[in-house]
Amino acid sequence: MNVVVLTKWVPEPEGTPTLGDDGLLVREGADGALDPGDEYGLEAALQLVEAAGDGEITLLTMGPEVAHAALQRGLAMGAHKGVRITDDSLRGADSLVTARVLAAAIGRQEFDLVVGGVESTDGYTGTVSAAIAELLGLPSLTFARKLEVADGSLKAERQTAAGYDVVTAPIPALVTVTAGATEPRYPSLKGVMAAKSKPVEMLSVSDLGLSSEDTTATQKVAEVSDAPPKQGGETIDADDTTPARIADLLAEAKVI
Amino acid sequence: MKVWVWADVTPDGPAPSALELLTKARDLGDEVAAVALGPGAKASTDALGEHGAQTVYASDDEVFTKHLAQPAVHALAGLVEEHQPDLILFPASYDARDVAGRLQARTGSTLMANATDVLSPDKARTEILGGTKIVDVELKGPAPKLVLIRPQSFAAEPSGGTAEVVEVKADAPDDLKKAERLERHEEEASGPRLEDAKVVVAGGRGLGGPDAFEQLEKLAAAIGNAAVGASRAAVDAGWVPYSFQIGQTGKTVKPEVYICAGISGALQHMVGMKGAKRIVAITKDPDAPILKIADLGVVGDLFKVVPALTEEIEKRRAGS
Repeated sequence: MNVVVLTKWVPEPEGTPTLGDDGLLVREGADGALDPGDEYGLEAALQLVEAAGDGEITLLTMGPEVAHAALQRGLAMGAHKGVRITDDSLRGADSLVTARVLAAAIGRQEFDLVVGGVESTDGYTGTVSAAIAELLGLPSLTFARKLEVADGSLKAERQTAAGYDVVTAPIPALVTVTAGATEPRYPSLKGVMAAKSKPVEMLSVSDLGLSSEDTTATQKVAEVSDAPPKQGGETIDADDTTPARIADLLAEAKVI
Repeated sequence: MKVWVWADVTPDGPAPSALELLTKARDLGDEVAAVALGPGAKASTDALGEHGAQTVYASDDEVFTKHLAQPAVHALAGLVEEHQPDLILFPASYDARDVAGRLQARTGSTLMANATDVLSPDKARTEILGGTKIVDVELKGPAPKLVLIRPQSFAAEPSGGTAEVVEVKADAPDDLKKAERLERHEEEASGPRLEDAKVVVAGGRGLGGPDAFEQLEKLAAAIGNAAVGASRAAVDAGWVPYSFQIGQTGKTVKPEVYICAGISGALQHMVGMKGAKRIVAITKDPDAPILKIADLGVVGDLFKVVPALTEEIEKRRAGS
C-alpha cells in the first residue's frame, strides 16, 4: 500500500495572520507548522500502511523554504519520504495552479491512494483535492472518516449536512479525511531524529513538465478593506442579575 | 450574460441555497439557468423558475446520487461546452464543492471559494480572518468563472417566473461510476434545524465534555424554537456529531439570538455565526475574541450562568 499524503505549511493557526501589500498572506518569516488538518490524513495513511504490512508514505507539499518544517513534522510522525515543489513562479498560486502542480507530482510515482485534508486551515478553499482527482482520473471520497481498505476497495463514512453516508471506491483513489477521523500521533524523539535522514526531493515547475501558462493564477486580489467593527457591544462580569439581563435581551428580540 | 446556478435538489425540493443563488443570479445576468441533477430535480423546477431560472437543465436519474461527483461533472461539463455560460454559482455544500473542483480541472476556469457576494460576473467578494477583512477578487481566465458561495449570503426572493425544462442525459461512462454511495444515515437532533432556528445555543471546548451539552439542550428547550450547535473543537473532541458544527467547516447560522457558552471565538467559528442579529457570549476568559463581536459578553462560570438562565426563562414563561 503506497500512499501520497498532501500536506501544506500554514501560518501558526492560533496566531494572527497578516496580509502583505499584494493582499496575499505573509508566509516568509511567519511562525508556522504542518496544517493541523493534514495530520488527520497522515495518521489515517499511517494506519492503513501499518495494517497492510508494507508500503511507503510520500509527503507532497508545495511551498517556499519554510514549508520544509511541515515535511519534517510529517516525516517525524512516520512518513517515509518527502517531495517539495518550490518555484518563484508559484507565489500567489490559486487552487487550479496548485492542483495542476500537485497532480503532476503525484503522477510521477506509483501509488494506491492519495490522501489529503478536507481543506487548509489558512485558505479554506476545499476544492484542490477534487481538482487533483479529476486531473488524475481518480474516483474520490471526500469528507471521510473511518477509513478501511479491503479487497482492493476503500470504504469510508462521508460526512453530510444531516449525518453521514457510507461510500466506497476501488483503489487507486483519492480521499480527504476530516478532523476527528483519527487522533494524530505525536512524533517520538526517535521519530524526530530519524526524520532528519529521510529523503526529501526538491522539484521545480519545469521538472514537472508544466508550462508558465499552467502556472498562471486566474485570480487577483483587487482590494482589501476592514470590515466595519461591531457597535454597541458590552461585556459584564457574571453576577446574580446576569440571567435576568440575558432573558431581557431574549425578550427584546421577541424570542421568548 | 449567461449566469447559471448549480441547484442542490432532493425529493423534498430544491435546497434553500438554490433559491438564494438564483435570486442573486437575476441581478448578474440576463440569461439565468439552473442545473439540477438527481431525484427531485423535475419536482424542483417550479420553485427554481419562480426564483429566476428561465431554463432548468434537469434529470431525475439516480446515477447522480448513487455515484459521487463524477457523473454530475460529466453532465455539467457537457452542458457548459454546449451553452457556454459566463458564470456558474455553486452553494458551499459537500457535493457541490466536489463538482466545482472537478469542473475547474476540466475547463481550466478560475474557482473562488467562500464567496459572500458576487459584485459582477468577474469580481467576487470574500471575508477572511474571521470576517475582519473584506477582500474583493478579480476573476480572470477562461469562462465560465466558478464561484462557491457561503450559505445565506443572499435572501431568496421569488420573481414569479416559469422555467423551460430541458432534459439532461445521464450518459456517464462506467469509468466515472467507481465511487459509490452505499448507505445514508441521518443523525440530526430533534427540534428545529440549526439553519432555521430563531435562537441557537452553542457550546465549545469550555464545556469540558459531552455531558455539559445537556445543559444547553435544557436551555434550548426552555427558550423554544431553539437549536443546539457546537464549535469545531467540541465536534473534533467527539462530544457531539458533526451535524452540530457551526463555522467555516460546518453550518452558517443567522438566528435572531445566538447564545454561546465556552466558545473562545476562533476565526473558523466566527465566520459561521457572526451574521446573528444578537450575540450573547458566556466565557470564563475575559480576553476571548468572541467578546469583541458579542452584544452582551458575560465573563463567568457557564455552569452557573446557563442553568440560572434556564430557570429564569422557565419562571417568566410560568408567570406569563
